[in-house]
Amino acid sequence: MNAIPISWYLVLSAILFGLGVIAFVFKRNVITVFMSIELMLNAVNLAFVAFARAHDQLDGLVFVFFVIVVAAAEAAVGLAIVIMLAQNRQSLSVERVNLLKF
Amino acid sequence: MILPLIIFALCALLAVGGAVALILAREPIHSALALILVMVSLAVVYLLLGAPFVAAVQIIVYAGAVMVLFVFVIMLLNTGAEEHTSFSKIAKFVGVPLGLVLMLWIGHWMFHAQAGSAIGTAEGMVQSSTTELSKMLFQQYLFPFEATSILILIALLGALVMARKEE
Repeated sequence: MNAIPISWYLVLSAILFGLGVIAFVFKRNVITVFMSIELMLNAVNLAFVAFARAHDQLDGLVFVFFVIVVAAAEAAVGLAIVIMLAQNRQSLSVERVNLLKF
Repeated sequence: MILPLIIFALCALLAVGGAVALILAREPIHSALALILVMVSLAVVYLLLGAPFVAAVQIIVYAGAVMVLFVFVIMLLNTGAEEHTSFSKIAKFVGVPLGLVLMLWIGHWMFHAQAGSAIGTAEGMVQSSTTELSKMLFQQYLFPFEATSILILIALLGALVMARKEE
């Protein structure tokens, strides 16, 4: 029934992951850098679901569930850190956060 | 037969276009909206892959909860367009080729890793996948499931402690 090869989903996942990496190094705003991490997690989820489909095993879907839960926890803690950063530095640029930089 | 192909092509184009828009947008709120577009089109792709539960969770948790949190923080901090400094140009000239090489390499590797194996497309899996998934989650993966609840609790406490005002 499904006429689409699994490898197409995997290539879409790879493209989204690569775009997430580019966004991670390219964006200068802390919030946008966080969003590119979420984009990479989404790409990995797509690969998990595609592999679960390819092998007819549901373990991949359980892992997607755990990835989503961890991403939600990460977003909550990360955005709390971003709010702290904005209060202490009056800026959201990642270049202003250089206290630990050599 | 041709309909799933059209839906996949449309959603893939929307997802890649949203990801590119995330990179090109200057305002964080535009990036957030582009990311919501990516997540919604990925949910449709999950439906095509026969995973309705994952699609629902993607919409509810990712496009709903997580992105609302992002948009809320963007509004709260009133962020404007991002500033570009001299270091940004280094990031542009090193990061973009590096990302493109990574994208091509992973895509090439995945395409060839998968080419040999057969593709299972059982029709019955679509109906039973949510039932089977819940059985697996609450039997085989019960301990990790409980561990994630502890993780969520710790994350909640951590966010509360950090966001609290110091007296």
